[in-house]
Amino acid sequence: MSSSPLSRRSSVTAPTRPPGDRPRDDHPDLPTGAAARAPGSDAPLVKRRMTPGRRRRIWRDTGLFFLLIAPNLLAILVFSYWPSVYNIVLSFMDWNLLDPFPEWVGLANYKDVFADPDFWTIILNTVVFTGVTVAGSLVGGLALGSLLATRVRFTGLVRTFAFAPHMLPGAAVGMLWLFMFDPNYGLSRFLFGLFGADSPQWTTTSDWSLWALTIAYLWQRLGFVTVIYYTAILDLPQTLYEAAALDGAHGWRMLRHITLPLLSPITFFLSVTGVIASAQAFDLISIMTGGGPGISSSTLSWMVYEEAFQNFDIGRASAAATTLFALLLMMTFIQVRFSNKRVNYAS
Amino acid sequence: MSSAVPTAPSAPTPSDTSLPTSGPTPTGADPSRRPLWLRIVLTVLVIACGLVFLVPIYWLFSGAVKSNDDIYSWPLKWIPTALHFENFREAWETVPFGRFALNSLITTSIGTALEMINAILCAYAFAFVPFRYKNAMFLFMIGSMMLPGHVTLIVNYITVGNLGLLNTYPGLILPGIGSAFAMFLLYQQMRTVDPEILQAAEVDGAGHWRRMVTIVVPMSAPMILTATLIVMIGKWNEYVWPLISTNTANMRTLPIGLLYLRSQEGYTNWGALLAGTLMAALPMLILFFLAQRRIIGGMAAGAIK
Repeated sequence: MSSSPLSRRSSVTAPTRPPGDRPRDDHPDLPTGAAARAPGSDAPLVKRRMTPGRRRRIWRDTGLFFLLIAPNLLAILVFSYWPSVYNIVLSFMDWNLLDPFPEWVGLANYKDVFADPDFWTIILNTVVFTGVTVAGSLVGGLALGSLLATRVRFTGLVRTFAFAPHMLPGAAVGMLWLFMFDPNYGLSRFLFGLFGADSPQWTTTSDWSLWALTIAYLWQRLGFVTVIYYTAILDLPQTLYEAAALDGAHGWRMLRHITLPLLSPITFFLSVTGVIASAQAFDLISIMTGGGPGISSSTLSWMVYEEAFQNFDIGRASAAATTLFALLLMMTFIQVRFSNKRVNYAS
Repeated sequence: MSSAVPTAPSAPTPSDTSLPTSGPTPTGADPSRRPLWLRIVLTVLVIACGLVFLVPIYWLFSGAVKSNDDIYSWPLKWIPTALHFENFREAWETVPFGRFALNSLITTSIGTALEMINAILCAYAFAFVPFRYKNAMFLFMIGSMMLPGHVTLIVNYITVGNLGLLNTYPGLILPGIGSAFAMFLLYQQMRTVDPEILQAAEVDGAGHWRRMVTIVVPMSAPMILTATLIVMIGKWNEYVWPLISTNTANMRTLPIGLLYLRSQEGYTNWGALLAGTLMAALPMLILFFLAQRRIIGGMAAGAIK
């Protein structure tokens, strides 16, 4: 909407212009109004003679613009962009937070970390946890969202309860699931008892600890994905379904050829944000397992915390954080590439 | 007018769609034309799925008011024999829960206020103040959502340490006041404000500040409320930053208090642990049940554009 200053000004410099034109110029995309578009993308700047008055107004507007965004811009620069960059620098340093200055060690942290077999276990844990929670929440959320979209009885109530866990502090969810997983007095014993089995020692054995985290995280995330899918499904164009039904399509084919393609932008959004959220899951790990036993439930996000704030090895921690960052960038890149081929934005 | 634009037209909210419709649904035929057996099967499935979410929440509530005799018993006691509110007192006495709650309240309220001020000013600038490179600026700020917060922890810890703010309220609050998501929601909303009203105000001599305070903000009030709720929930639930940036019990927030409580009580007093968990979770649950349409609608609006 970079044209808005010009057109608004033009109402002063060119009073002959029909006033009815102004609103349209101010918001050239308003009548269509649908898609989220970044400002200034449309309507090329009209070339105009630069009078001193006009120039002064542009400077005044620019000043005001920066004044308004300054607090937010500053916060984002200082606490988001700067740390993302400086973290990479720190990964080439050796530091314990106490010495006055970090020491440059080049690639030593990476060599050290990559040579450590534990690190690869942690990477594997991260990939398994992220992969299972994202895939599980997408499949489960689509199924549950479709089920709720049938609007039989109780769907409104279930939608509310499904979403509620997403609102709770991760620490509370972690505590609740610790209790659920208690092999002696938790619901887990009851459920396994139904099949005549003993409950696994979920959080205290290395075979099960990562799965305990995965289940708890899925429980917290599933309702969010469900509700997004549910909203999107109810929003789909009905005429397409009517047309397809007339053509004899139903059930699976309707899902495969109409619903899934139409939902692909949502799936894309949920998978990108899901990977970013899952890979950073921390509160559940901290409350439920502390990365253990051993490193059986450690992920990269836990490693960053442990190395930095328990072992005070900033170099190693930064190397782990940079690896996490690089993996997430790579995943996002792959997802975007994939989506360019497969995601249908036509709707 | 202000109530006529609850959300951006581009943002479908569940409230638009949660009214019963009689048309065919995407998943099949008209609900009223569905055979009875299918309706029963679907309803049973819906209830079964609901239990997956409901039972753990019930388990939390019931466990918080069970005596230890009820908790440590087999077979499980689904219904407490008596309401045992002692658990809350025990949790409250074992760790300074009142102080945790106060800290959570302070950091959440001030942090939310600051972030929302940032979001409103910034969204207004992007929607109404001309600047040539707005597009690039906008992408730059929205792009910060793609930066994983966990990666910024170490450097933020160092920055806040250098500012001398570790273990203080400003240190807890400041790193969280940058706004991208709420700013985006508000920007979407503000673009729908009728430009003719603003033109008229400008002709009447109202400057940007007056137009923002008297026209744009009131007209965007519903979305501001939605964004405030979402931001508030995020801040209340914040875990890792309060964990590393505070180091004394009197500066901890409720979620960290739970970790502390667990380390004090171990697993021998689940009643108190669950009572503490409920105290940390209940404010958000209440908020959610009061404003669920608004919250779900706002979050869906962020996803479905």
